[in-house]
Amino acid sequence: MARLNLILLIAVLLSALAVVSSNHRARKLVTEFEREQERMRALEVEWGQLQLEQSTWAAHARVEQIARDKLGMRPPRANQIISIQP
Amino acid sequence: MRVSRSPLLVDRLPVWRARLVLGILLACSLALLGRAFYLQGIKKDFLIGKGEARYERVIEMPATRGRILDRNGDVLAISTPVKSVWAIPEDAKLTPAQARQLATLIDIDTREVTRKLATERDFVYLKRQIAPDVATRIASLKLPGIHFQNEFRRYYPAGEVIAHMLGFTGAEDAGQEGIELALNGQLAGKSGSRRVIKDRRGQIVEDVESIRAPREGQDATLALDAKLQYLAYSQLKQAIADHKAKAGGIVVLDAKSGEVLALANLPTYNPNNRSKLSGAQLRNRAFTDTFEPGSTFKPFTVALALDKGHVRFDTSIQTAPGRLTIGSATISDAHPHGVLSVAQVIQKSSNIGTAKMALNMSYEDMWTLFDQLGFGQPLKLGFPGEAGGRLRPWKRWRPIEQATMSYGHGISVTLIQLARAYQVFARDGDLVPLSLARVDAPPAVGMRVFSAQTAREMRAMLEMAVQPGGTAPKAQVAGYRVAGKTGTANKLEGGAYANKYVASFVGFAPTSDPRLIVAVMIDEPSAGKYYGGEVAAPVFSSVMGSALRALGVPPDDTLKPLQMANVTPAKEEM
Repeated sequence: MARLNLILLIAVLLSALAVVSSNHRARKLVTEFEREQERMRALEVEWGQLQLEQSTWAAHARVEQIARDKLGMRPPRANQIISIQP
Repeated sequence: MRVSRSPLLVDRLPVWRARLVLGILLACSLALLGRAFYLQGIKKDFLIGKGEARYERVIEMPATRGRILDRNGDVLAISTPVKSVWAIPEDAKLTPAQARQLATLIDIDTREVTRKLATERDFVYLKRQIAPDVATRIASLKLPGIHFQNEFRRYYPAGEVIAHMLGFTGAEDAGQEGIELALNGQLAGKSGSRRVIKDRRGQIVEDVESIRAPREGQDATLALDAKLQYLAYSQLKQAIADHKAKAGGIVVLDAKSGEVLALANLPTYNPNNRSKLSGAQLRNRAFTDTFEPGSTFKPFTVALALDKGHVRFDTSIQTAPGRLTIGSATISDAHPHGVLSVAQVIQKSSNIGTAKMALNMSYEDMWTLFDQLGFGQPLKLGFPGEAGGRLRPWKRWRPIEQATMSYGHGISVTLIQLARAYQVFARDGDLVPLSLARVDAPPAVGMRVFSAQTAREMRAMLEMAVQPGGTAPKAQVAGYRVAGKTGTANKLEGGAYANKYVASFVGFAPTSDPRLIVAVMIDEPSAGKYYGGEVAAPVFSSVMGSALRALGVPPDDTLKPLQMANVTPAKEEM
């Protein structure tokens, strides 16, 4: 009888320790998860800023100005356009 | 010392005293036990709650406002997080050096900072919407009583080019104008919050519950094409500068789907910097300003006469001597013509010819047509301040009104209404609703107004108007057959016609299978020319030509160099 009680006592102790350790691990995982989510938000913000930057660089007014002034381009004249049938 | 000898202890104490003490001690421990049981057992939940409140936190989960994209996915409006600096004036006791440092960082005057901090209020914004890295630098100064608040700032990369169409949001991130207002429900996000447990290092260790799930704003994909928008805007701007005009507007519609591909107004403003805005800049003229359309209205009257079988395209109409008296009023043509066919009435834009056709029709038929075409009532696209224009009920018309209305006077319309109504010619006599959002499955057939036969005949007549002998040869586009109608209307000022004009042109191309409708309106050109064919038609031509090429629409005309006599070389530039 005493032996059985001892075994049960040890089992209870072990299980209690396991609860503590799994709780700890769960908290660590939550922290890690939160960190990754924070990183996701930061990346989203950065993506937004990059989109903004891209559309600023690619603004039609800027493209046209560079094409005209720097590259010396101009729209083709009517008689320079050849239409090809597919 | 021997205590037992003390005379006081000689007598035995009474037994009840010991029992009393024992009893009191027992009662005390029972009370303690009871209290412990009460706290641990009965009041447990309350105390657990209190305990958790010490380490639980409720955190905000911000939601971003959706982006606005053009039909090809280019970003037209986007929100990015910024910080606002605020202070509790009572706590913010800054040294002059600190105040100066802060003022330089947030880029306002030092005196302004001290003035704001000297107020009686509990809360004052020092500067709203600063870049996050500037906020970090201010935070590193560790100033007392200075705090930050997370906000979003909306950016419009295209700036003034698409200003009126997109509108803008206020500081609280709510739409105030244009698409931002019309589609606010879709774009706006709703921030949420959740309860978490933080450890002593401030890290979240447990997610307790979600109080309110955040709802991210949805992106809105517009029908607008940023490239066409830029073309339309830059050409309109050029024309307004050339003709020293007061204002102007341009609308580009897809004739097949009813999508609004481009819409620009001038004067405009930069939505990213709205510190000095005037009402004139803010006006979305294409939607809110009505004008007398003038001759651009004639095709509707003529089409009705054709559709009702009153005339054929070759019926002759006597317009000499260029004057017609109805009741006590006389109407006239700018240039007198003789006998014209119905097609020539459109080509030469004869007021008399159009009025004579109108006078054979009933008021009710004409009113019904104008009403079906959408005049006299707002389009209800959700834009703020959309105007409906003036269309008086037919029961109160007089013959002179019927005559002037037939050629677009005594009636007022908005540019977008006019562009939309031209769908009946560009399509085979039907109208589809306009759409600001991209349409993936265009409606095949809309509301029928005219027969397909009438629409085809009108297309042929409108094509004559842009050919030599018509009013707008400058509307021609190399490689494409185009059709359209000019308008030059006297402006009404205080009930009388003033010596100011509105020049307009509405047309579509390619005529063999119309794809685009372009409407141009230029208000008060004052550099000498004021006819629609001189002022508005060249804008139509260059926008239409570039747009058709940009969209890859196959040319339906042989590519011959245009008659240079009619065409200024500038037309072939962008």
